[in-house]
Amino acid sequence: MGTTPEFSRRDLIKRAAAAGLFAVPAMSALSACASGGGSDDNHVDKGKKSAKNPLAVNETAPLDVVIFNGGFGDQYAKDAEAEYKAAFPKAQVKHSATQDIQTELQPRFNGGAPPDLIDNSGAKQMDMGTLVGKQQLTDLNSLLDAPSFDDPAKKVRDTLRPGVVEMGKFEGDETWILYYAYTVYGVWYSRTNLQKLDAQYPETWDDMLKVCEAAKKKGIAGWTYAGKYPYYLPFSLYPFIAKIGGVEVLNRIDNLEPNAWKDPAVKAAFDAYYELYRKGYILQGTPGLTHIESQTAWNEGKALFIPNGSWVENESKKTTPKDFQMAVGAPSSLDKNDKMPFGTLWAAGGEPFIVPKNAKNPQGGMELLRVMLGKKSSQNFVQKVSSLTSFNGGTEGITLPPGLASSQEALAKAGKNVVNPRIQDWYVALQKEKIGVGALGEMMAGRLTPDEAITKIQRYADETAKDDSVKKYKHK
Amino acid sequence: MQHGKYRFIAGFLVLPLAIYGIFVISPFVQAIYYSFTDWTGLSPDFAVTGFKNYQRLWHDEVFWKAVGHNVLLLLILPVVTLGLGLFFAFMLNVGGRRRKNAAVAGVRGSGFYKVVYFFPQVLSIAIVALLFQFGYNPNSGALNSLLRAVGLGSVHPEWLGDPRLALWCVMAVMVWSNVGFYVVLFSAGMSSIPKDFYEAALLDGANRLQTFFRITLPLLWDTVQTGWVYMGIMALDGFAVVQIMTVGPGGPDYSTEVLSFYLYTKAFRDGQAGYATTLGVALLIVTLLFAGIVMKLGRRERLEY
Repeated sequence: MGTTPEFSRRDLIKRAAAAGLFAVPAMSALSACASGGGSDDNHVDKGKKSAKNPLAVNETAPLDVVIFNGGFGDQYAKDAEAEYKAAFPKAQVKHSATQDIQTELQPRFNGGAPPDLIDNSGAKQMDMGTLVGKQQLTDLNSLLDAPSFDDPAKKVRDTLRPGVVEMGKFEGDETWILYYAYTVYGVWYSRTNLQKLDAQYPETWDDMLKVCEAAKKKGIAGWTYAGKYPYYLPFSLYPFIAKIGGVEVLNRIDNLEPNAWKDPAVKAAFDAYYELYRKGYILQGTPGLTHIESQTAWNEGKALFIPNGSWVENESKKTTPKDFQMAVGAPSSLDKNDKMPFGTLWAAGGEPFIVPKNAKNPQGGMELLRVMLGKKSSQNFVQKVSSLTSFNGGTEGITLPPGLASSQEALAKAGKNVVNPRIQDWYVALQKEKIGVGALGEMMAGRLTPDEAITKIQRYADETAKDDSVKKYKHK
Repeated sequence: MQHGKYRFIAGFLVLPLAIYGIFVISPFVQAIYYSFTDWTGLSPDFAVTGFKNYQRLWHDEVFWKAVGHNVLLLLILPVVTLGLGLFFAFMLNVGGRRRKNAAVAGVRGSGFYKVVYFFPQVLSIAIVALLFQFGYNPNSGALNSLLRAVGLGSVHPEWLGDPRLALWCVMAVMVWSNVGFYVVLFSAGMSSIPKDFYEAALLDGANRLQTFFRITLPLLWDTVQTGWVYMGIMALDGFAVVQIMTVGPGGPDYSTEVLSFYLYTKAFRDGQAGYATTLGVALLIVTLLFAGIVMKLGRRERLEY
């Protein structure tokens, strides 16, 4: 039933009238099915605040954790839970891992009994904008202002990588989401395969075309991409746009401003990518390949470059040859007039962790995050799944796998020039099925020209801007 | 006494009717109600918005595209599947060479074929869709490998990656996975047609085509009609194949978008459960229309034999 009393009565009468045949008592039971459950204050009592327990976690309260079991698995979370358990031996930790976040947790949100900590990730993640808009999440600022796990003199906030906290904010000052993994996007390649062509990673687009031409002569394709999920293309295309026209171009795109896509930088970037198609540098059949199939073809040396994110190293582990020497490159320079220097990179948080508002033990959920953002857990994550965490550090003294080491270098080279297009978490439908599948995929398969693709995307963006069923966000 | 009898009957019906009401009727009614709200599916708080969702539906390009695809599937899928099913069943039961002692018989090895045709039915649709996805892979898939093997390597369709072919690829999978069931269903129907009819027709000099259209099909009409409704429902669904196999999924460029999949993305990806139920109501209307039309068109006099 609805939340306000007058609403629930109307609700009930309407349904009873519609159902006519049913007895009223049965109806009230029925209406509880899909959207029942109130939001009574059912938090456990707070524990005693101390230096070891800055969030005042109730030491005996059970903790309920749900982890997305995807590319990173869930062992890292189990290890952190073991630490939590060591700190609070009386607490029961209930751990579950799933790929169906939405289908498993949606009923629990509706019923007002969600878990204490969720890794809301994967293809079936719950829509963040809706969760925030409907006030279903706990503000994580109290966690961010708590002393960090390793150094009580430093706040958690100050131990994170740049941009992570901002990503978790929507409109106000509250931080709703904490991204745990840190992803570097770009053009991924094999140093070994480039060396075979006596080439280096091309720092200019002219060199890029030269390398592709040399490869083509040997029967190797320049590029491949996840043709079935063309929204992988932006991983190298968007920072390329930012590099050419400055970060404002991407911000205008994120803000859904009129004619944002008509910017000359967009056109220049699209033209450059389209040339890869026109010159036959794209691996044949790419538009029909899944991300796994395209990564495998790339691992087999059938193509040199692939737009991807740093999870690719872990994901393609089984098909990567031992001497592959995976590496990531920032977008090549189009020409001297580019607004940003070579090295400009897209890096952002991944694996969004949330603490639901109606969680029984929100302090416990945050405390587990605090543990995870400690050095030991971060290091564990880095080693287990070869990806960086949002904890700024944790890589000292361990040998990194080649792809991760390269991500680290790329980040160092980028310095302040890290861009973070938000369109992919603000407007999922627009980014994935409209821009990705509807336009970019079509253009790279040669079925749309860059101009047609831009017109189409601009129309999609305008439609989204006008659609009042989609919540809007703006860069500050 | 009379009164007691009705109470007795009602006593038996209360439980099944209540279960039916709770688990079948009430979700329908609830869905219709939610279609007038802005429910997100993620929190129990929502408001009634009247016909707003329906207005939006009317102007939603993707919705009309999906409807178009569903109608296309509805027109083609039953005809092809049932046609093939009838043809195979006829060949298995009646189409064979005449042998001694029997007026009609199937082609040689028909018992074996019957089992083979039924194989796809045993596989879950998820597995079928995955297998076909591998088959459609433009580089290493079975289809393009076959084309290369027969010297047609220069024709390398992108199958699911090509908006002109993608929906047909989906259809092919749905036909493949369903045809076996109808072969078995129609075979059962055909075996109950008395052999004398065929004998008499053959004595009068009828050929196979004539026996099929004059005897088999009319006597099988009820079964075919049922099959038509079932196949129609399949065509209105198509969710699993689209979700597992296609680009995007639902693409490229919405070329394989169907109502059931669109509904799913709205409800479970975009957090717009209210609008999704509106789509569900639209799907319900299309389904009812279809069932009504089939029943009306298919009404024929029943032949007793």
